[in-house]
Amino acid sequence: MTDIHISIKNKTYVTEDSRQHTAIANLSLSLPTNKFICLVGPSGCGKTTLLNIIANLDKKYQGEILLGQQQIQPKIGYIFQTPRLLPWRTVRENIELVLTEQQPPEIIDALLESMQLTDSQNAYPQHLSLGMSRRVAIIRAFAVNPHLLLMDEPFVSLDAPTARQVRNLLIHLWQLRPHTILFVTHDLREAIAMADRLVFLSAAPMSVISEIEVSIPRSKRNDETAVEAFRQQLLTNHPKIKSLL
Amino acid sequence: MSSYLSKIPSKILATLSFMLLIAIWQGLAIVINDNTLPTPALVLQVFWQEIESGQLPHHLGITLLRLIISFSIAMLLGCAMGIALGINKKLDAFFDNWLVIFLNVPALVTIILCYVWFGLVESAAILAVVINKLPNVIVTIREGTKALDKDLLEMAHCYNFSKKKTFTHVIWPQLHPFVMAATRSGLALIWKIILVVELLGRSDGMGYQLNLFFQLFDVASILAYTIAFIAVIQSIELLILKPLDNRASRWRR
Repeated sequence: MTDIHISIKNKTYVTEDSRQHTAIANLSLSLPTNKFICLVGPSGCGKTTLLNIIANLDKKYQGEILLGQQQIQPKIGYIFQTPRLLPWRTVRENIELVLTEQQPPEIIDALLESMQLTDSQNAYPQHLSLGMSRRVAIIRAFAVNPHLLLMDEPFVSLDAPTARQVRNLLIHLWQLRPHTILFVTHDLREAIAMADRLVFLSAAPMSVISEIEVSIPRSKRNDETAVEAFRQQLLTNHPKIKSLL
Repeated sequence: MSSYLSKIPSKILATLSFMLLIAIWQGLAIVINDNTLPTPALVLQVFWQEIESGQLPHHLGITLLRLIISFSIAMLLGCAMGIALGINKKLDAFFDNWLVIFLNVPALVTIILCYVWFGLVESAAILAVVINKLPNVIVTIREGTKALDKDLLEMAHCYNFSKKKTFTHVIWPQLHPFVMAATRSGLALIWKIILVVELLGRSDGMGYQLNLFFQLFDVASILAYTIAFIAVIQSIELLILKPLDNRASRWRR
C-alpha cells in the first residue's frame, strides 16, 4: 500500500441563477497508509463534493489525486450517506457483486461474521434495519480491498446506541483489516473517538484549517470522559476550530 | 349485504360473477330469440366445429405469428430508443416532437399508408403494426430511464461495475416495471390493430375471418372467434406475464 496525496487547486460550480461559486480552493491533503483520518467541517462546506472528486464521480475540477508518486485513480470503497444497496439483491448478492473474479467468495463469510450479519445474508435490504444496512455497506466497501475507504457520515440518522455499536464494529473490522480511511463527519466527538488524525475544514471555499493528531490510546476511545477532555482541550487551544463548529 | 359478500372467498366470487354474465347472455338470447344473438351453447358448438375443421387454429396461428413478430420488433426497437432518449437530453429534445406526432397519428391512417406505399404484402402489415406500437414503448421506457436512481448508478460506477453488470443488476431491475407496462399495454394495442391490418389487406388471419363472418352476418362464429381470442390473451397473461412479474418482484415481499 502507498500513501495517497490529494491536491485540489480549484473546484467551482454554477448555481441555478448562473452564478459561479468556488467550492474548493488550494486544498491539499496527504493520507498516510492505513491511517484513520476524519474530515471535520461545518455542514454544507463541500465535504461530499471532495469525496466525490476522490472517488472519480465528479471530474469537473482542477487538481490531481496521486497514488504514491503516480497519477492513477486509487481503488475506492465508498460508504455513502445512505447505504445504496440494490433492493432486488440479497445482502450476500450485494457484496458478491463488487468482488472481482480473482477474489475468493469466502472473504464474504469472514466479513459477514465480523459485522454480525451472517444470519441476515439471504435477506433483502428492505427487511434490514438502517443500522444493519449500514453494516452491509461497510462490508461491501471493505470487500473490494480498496486503496482508500471513503465514508460520508455513515452513522448519520442512527440513534446513539446503534451508532456506537456500528462504530465499534467498524473499528474492530478496520483493526483486523487495516485500510486508509477518509471519514467525513460534523460530529467532533465521533471524530475523536475514531480518528488517528483530525483534519479541520473551513467553508466557502473549502480549505484545510489545521490537522491534529488524536493522542488518546485506542483502548480508551470508548471512554466518553477521555473523549470529552480531549475535545475541551482542543477547543481551548484552537479557537479557530471552535468558531467553525 | 357487503358483510355477507365479504365472507365468500374471492375465487368463488369471481366464478359466480362469471356465471352471472353467462346467465345474462343466455337470458337475453332467449328473450331476443334471433340470429344476431346466439345462445352460449350454440357459440360453444361453433367454437368446437371451427377447431375440429382446423380453420380457427389456422387463422389464430397466423395472427399470433404476426403478433409475435411485430411485438418483438416494437419492443426491442422501443427499448433501445427509449433508453437512448432517456439518457441523452439533447436527443430527447430533438425527437420529442416526432414522438408526439407519431403517438397521435390514427392507427387506421398508418395502416392505409403502409399498404398504399408498400403494397398489400406481409411486411407492410407488420410495419404498420410496429409503427403504431413503437411510440408507446419509446415513451414508457424513456420515462423509466429518466427515473433511474442516480445514487445506485454512482455506486456501480464507484465499485467499477462493467457496463454489462451495471445493465443487468442496476438498470434492468429498475426498468422492468416499465417494460412490463409497455408489454401489457402493447399486447392489448397490437391485438386490436392487427385485426384491422388483416381486415384491410390480408387474405388470412383473425381479422380476415371476422370480416368474412360480418358479411355473412354469422354472429355465432364471430363470438366463437372472440372466445378463442380472449382465451389466448388470458393464457399469455397467466403463463408468461404473471410468472415474469412474480420472479422480478420477489424481493418486494
